[in-house]
Amino acid sequence: MMRNYNDVHPFIPRDLDLHPPSYAPGYKTSVLRSPRLSLVSFTNSLTEATGPVFGHDLLGPNDHDLTVNYAEPGESAIGERIIVHGYVTDAHGKGVPGALLEVWQANSGGRYRHIRDGYLAPLDPNFGGCGRVITDENGYYWYRTVRPGAYPWPNRANDWRPAHIHFSVFGSGFAQRLISQLYFEGDPMIGLCPIVGTLPDPEAADLLTARLDMDNTIPFDARAYRFDIVLRGRRSTPFENKLEGN
Amino acid sequence: MGRLRETPSQTAGPYVHIGAVPTFAGLKGVYPEDLGSGPMYEEGVKGERITIKGHIFDGSGTPLLDGVVEAWQADADGIYNSPLEPRGPSDPKFRGWGRSATMGTDGVFTFETIKPGRVPWHDGRMQAPHIALWIVARGINIGLHTRMYFPEELDANANDPLLSRIEQKVRRETLLAEEKNGVYLFDIHLQGNDETVFLDV
Repeated sequence: MMRNYNDVHPFIPRDLDLHPPSYAPGYKTSVLRSPRLSLVSFTNSLTEATGPVFGHDLLGPNDHDLTVNYAEPGESAIGERIIVHGYVTDAHGKGVPGALLEVWQANSGGRYRHIRDGYLAPLDPNFGGCGRVITDENGYYWYRTVRPGAYPWPNRANDWRPAHIHFSVFGSGFAQRLISQLYFEGDPMIGLCPIVGTLPDPEAADLLTARLDMDNTIPFDARAYRFDIVLRGRRSTPFENKLEGN
Repeated sequence: MGRLRETPSQTAGPYVHIGAVPTFAGLKGVYPEDLGSGPMYEEGVKGERITIKGHIFDGSGTPLLDGVVEAWQADADGIYNSPLEPRGPSDPKFRGWGRSATMGTDGVFTFETIKPGRVPWHDGRMQAPHIALWIVARGINIGLHTRMYFPEELDANANDPLLSRIEQKVRRETLLAEEKNGVYLFDIHLQGNDETVFLDV
């Protein structure tokens, strides 16, 4: 059967009440960088429903291991060694294979390897702070890193970011593009952070909190954190006979 | 419904360049090259080669130096380089996707690409040639989607289903690039009198 563009299903509209609003004055940088006019809505065309896909051949042998991907041979980054793992699924619970996940973070002292980060905490010569993975056929991913430190930032006079890992995800369509941050279960700084505070829904911060996962800890090596990521779901056609999903 | 809730967005923060364009940010040796850098085509690509340049301005008119812009577009025949593309394979010499930091002291982003062909709207009407753009930076709480259209495509633009949806002529014009000496200039204004039209895709 000939397929046409109508077979590329558009995404279900984004629940904008779950995402932070553009203008969130508690996070001061958003004040001058937020659109004030309404977004223009429409049903996805092929432009939004398709997107770039990256093959596993993109990955180098250490791209998933931030403890060694910038380190001198035989050395590794300083800090609490952790594994972060989980599934990337769509909103219908279906795993998203081939999703590219790019991550970046501060070192264990809370310092970024960036020319503009002037925090007093030292740079770790063996830690760069970025890595990437691609989900397998079930949507599963894992990477190894060190737990990042909290750090102060210029917002109010005494604001500190909770420990966090930034991440960017590509799914199967450009409308799914997402950048967000992972926080760590039990961190008392989460509730104090103005950037976490941009999230309007109390459940939203919970969705961004990775859980300590002792079942998957590697003894004498690294503790594990479980973090699942949900991308937007697509609409399905009425005549699709599905056993699962919507 | 039992639908899972989408992972909520958070700002890309001040150091998105470390994550997205690490080599450009001075973090050399992690990857052989930055993802999405360089021309979006290879030698032998079909279509007209073009350069796009622009700034992202905040509400004070200051260009962002810490932003990242991604471009997604069809090839010269209007076909996307995507496994979901139902109409056949796209030009193998064309990547379809690019990523640029806002760079230097003036915050210019650049794409070396080709002019895209026309792509159908969801009801079958043809859209004017366009490039989808996605913008992230510190202070942008959820990545912003917009589109760039071509100023010389008068008829196609006049009948484009998305441009036609924007009532105010001045707002529609925020999606049109300006052509100057063979370069398409497309400045993005996050707020203010010239605020760019952003899309709820």
